[in-house]
Amino acid sequence: MQDFGAAFGLALHLIATGDDNLLEIVVLSLKVSFSALTLSCLIGLPLGAFLVVRPFWGRGVVVAVLNAMMGLPPVVIGLLVYLALSRAGPMGWLGLLYTPTAMIIAQTLLIAPIVAALARQVLEGLYSEYDEQFRSFGISRLRAAAALVVDGRYGLVTVALAGFGRAVAEVGAVIIVGGNIDHLTRVMTTAIALETSKGDLGMALALGIILMSIALGVNLAAGGLRSVAERQAYA
Amino acid sequence: MPERLRPLSPPAVPHAAQPKAKQAAADRPEPSPRDRARPGALRVEGLVLEAQGQRLVDIEHLALPAGGVTMVMGLNGAGKSLFLRLIHGLITPSHGWISWGEVPCGPATSATQALVFQKPVLLRRSAAANVDFVLRARGLDRATRRDRTAEMLARVGLEGRARQPARLLSGGEQQRLALARALAIRPQVLLLDEATASLDPASVLAIERIVTDTARAGTKVIFITHDIGQARRLADDVAFLHRGRLAEHRPADRFFVGPQSESALAYLEGRILL
Ligand SMILES: Nc1ncnc2c1ncn2[C@@H]1O[C@H](COP(=O)(O)OP(=O)(O)OP(=O)(O)O)[C@@H](O)[C@H]1O
Ligand SMILES: [Mg+2]
Repeated sequence: MQDFGAAFGLALHLIATGDDNLLEIVVLSLKVSFSALTLSCLIGLPLGAFLVVRPFWGRGVVVAVLNAMMGLPPVVIGLLVYLALSRAGPMGWLGLLYTPTAMIIAQTLLIAPIVAALARQVLEGLYSEYDEQFRSFGISRLRAAAALVVDGRYGLVTVALAGFGRAVAEVGAVIIVGGNIDHLTRVMTTAIALETSKGDLGMALALGIILMSIALGVNLAAGGLRSVAERQAYA
Repeated sequence: MPERLRPLSPPAVPHAAQPKAKQAAADRPEPSPRDRARPGALRVEGLVLEAQGQRLVDIEHLALPAGGVTMVMGLNGAGKSLFLRLIHGLITPSHGWISWGEVPCGPATSATQALVFQKPVLLRRSAAANVDFVLRARGLDRATRRDRTAEMLARVGLEGRARQPARLLSGGEQQRLALARALAIRPQVLLLDEATASLDPASVLAIERIVTDTARAGTKVIFITHDIGQARRLADDVAFLHRGRLAEHRPADRFFVGPQSESALAYLEGRILL
């Protein structure tokens, strides 16, 4: 068992020298979570906007379900994706289990509801302001939804950053469907769990520091955007 | 889109005898028979809007000439803004009939109209992009949009502000932008809800000139104002609302000489009539 000081020193050394193993894990993490975020935005933003501009029977229920899905535990999503992708599962023939693709699918399922639900909240406030003016000009629902996404851009970037933060920090789903295979599906969170249990605290701490920095960077970016938006009176 | 209006057929007799109406029918500035089919000729019968058990608007009969400037006046809360949104088709009345020309109020009529709201609603984009947005929604090509946008901004004196975020414009500039955007679609009917309320005197006169020109070019203008001087300058006829009801509707010259309703008289004299 290393003592904390030694572990910390090793962690800084790994980061400073750009250790190959460390870099590989960080890059895969970012790739997986960024892909999941992109997919989630492609699904979640139109869905959120649609739920705002298009009233339909049962919309309240859909919104409630969506909001509830924001709190889904990652392990449960991991389990569901595992069941779907395992050899005996309905999509087992795709052979995706224990691949980065499976991890992207799981993280997308995890954060798409978050992006959709938060986007809906952001856009709803905007729509209550624009609704009458849009109807006065005869703006179609499709165009209205697109305009909301454009005009709500600053708020929506914050939403996306929140989704990214959740994806990159989550361990339950990726460890079940990815399996934490070295050089293949090992990401920051699963590597931290493994290295810690092995007692390699230097590596664990190095990854932890990077993960924290990413979370911090994401939040700073969100804050910076908010101030830009406020300066232009677009918030 | 809001639900369409009931009843689905107009009352059989257009201007049925209205024994309760104090005002003589001959005195009303109603459209001539030839005018009645034009898109600017508003006709309202038995229009009622209720909310939470209150009658917010209750207008038995009103017919506006197809052209010219109709000024709508009345105290705060008289129902002027609601009236404008009703005839534009933004809200559905509890009862009643509204038509423009021969067409019942609906998407077809509101598409040819523009409403400038009491509080300007501007997109979170540049001033020019605000105008461009409504033009693109109408399917105009890029070159036409660019020219029309520049023309309209210049018309309201905002040519130097095209690239500025619309929400950073001053209150008066925002109102002028909202007017430019409304004019850009070349509406047959222009509905203005206190469109000059926060403008400086020079801008008020500039906007009034635009309104007059627009009306002269054939657009029907319905303009809510609290500015009696402005109403005198612009009005062809005046509709005065009091507690949701039409107190009177008369040609401007006669209205300002001596309104017949107690509420309009009190308003012009600056008394509060409750
Ligand atoms: N959605 C609503 N529900 C209930 N009451 C309403 C609603 N909208 C407006 N009112 C009421 O209807 C009345 C008429 O409102 P409206 O906005 O038409 O007044 P206005 O004549 O335009 O007044 P102002 O000169 O202050 O603009 C007001 O008393 C207002 O409180
Ligand atoms: Mg009003």
